[in-house]
Amino acid sequence: MIRQAAIIFGCLGVGELIVHFTSLSLPSSIIGMLLLTLLLRIGWIKLEWVNEVAGFLVSTLPFYFVPAGVAVMLYFDLIAASFWPIVVASAVSTVLVLVVTGWTHQLIRNKSRKTRDNISTDDL
Amino acid sequence: MNGIFLNEVVVVAATFIIYWLAQRLQAKTGFILLNPILITILIIILFLMIFNINYEVYQKGGKYIDFLLKPAVVALGVPLYKQMKVIKKQALNIVISQLAGCITGIVSVVLIAKLMGASREIIFSLTPKSVTTPIAIEISRSIGGIAPLTASVVIVVGIFGAVFGYTILKLTGVKNPMSQSLSMGNAAHAIGTSKSMEFSPAFGAMSSIGMIVNGIFTAILAPYVLKLLGIWIEL
Repeated sequence: MIRQAAIIFGCLGVGELIVHFTSLSLPSSIIGMLLLTLLLRIGWIKLEWVNEVAGFLVSTLPFYFVPAGVAVMLYFDLIAASFWPIVVASAVSTVLVLVVTGWTHQLIRNKSRKTRDNISTDDL
Repeated sequence: MNGIFLNEVVVVAATFIIYWLAQRLQAKTGFILLNPILITILIIILFLMIFNINYEVYQKGGKYIDFLLKPAVVALGVPLYKQMKVIKKQALNIVISQLAGCITGIVSVVLIAKLMGASREIIFSLTPKSVTTPIAIEISRSIGGIAPLTASVVIVVGIFGAVFGYTILKLTGVKNPMSQSLSMGNAAHAIGTSKSMEFSPAFGAMSSIGMIVNGIFTAILAPYVLKLLGIWIEL
């Protein structure tokens, strides 16, 4: 368990150092996450060395942002003043993200399917 | 309401208990609007307002919960690693379609908010709105948004996506289930993913890829997209 926590906090620590010493505008936690994935991928860290603690943290993840959510009470005035821009921009943009991602994925998928089919008929 | 009732341990314990009850409430009713995070946040805010308690008092205990947000985001590296096989198989398709979705999301939310007269802080807070909450909070903090506003918008966007996402996709001609699931994760993060999970684990897995990959893309790209947009419009 200590090894598991050491690996996760170690990756985060390296992320913090990278953010501190470079002008990277990436959250340290994202760097830590990518580092952990990389280390697992190249096999320097084995899955069973982090699996339990990581599994616990991931499955309880939503809980950790309750305090950040509660802090919204400090900004009620600001939100009330910009209520409609917030709602309209978020809603319209969400629909666009859904549709653009879906269309693009479907288009590429169908195209690669077709090419594959063509190749197989040519082969015959 | 002072002293012992509001010490750090009591605050942490109360948050745990409220969250646990909220989780049970959703499990029993299966009602998507009864999102446990949303309910917990609302109950705590209501409580603090009724008893006229400052947020700072809550935060004395809350900061210990908040502290675990960063390591928990790091831990997302494990599911990302586990999904690697699926991602590798169709890497190009996933990368291209999610990049398209990610950039569309950032540009559209910034432009619409700007056109409707939102301030700089609000615009920056909305920028990571499609990303899973913990990553969105981190992005918001690093680009100068108001993290708590980001958190609330992200949760509401997730619920909106989970409720209407599949209908919107069907109406706009996105019929392939894998494309639908990826979009759900890309646009509506964890809440959209749990909706996909209701259909099948394969859909859920695809949505969770969408969720994590968009988190990474937005974290990397948001500062640059904002800079580029800043040349064109005043941000």
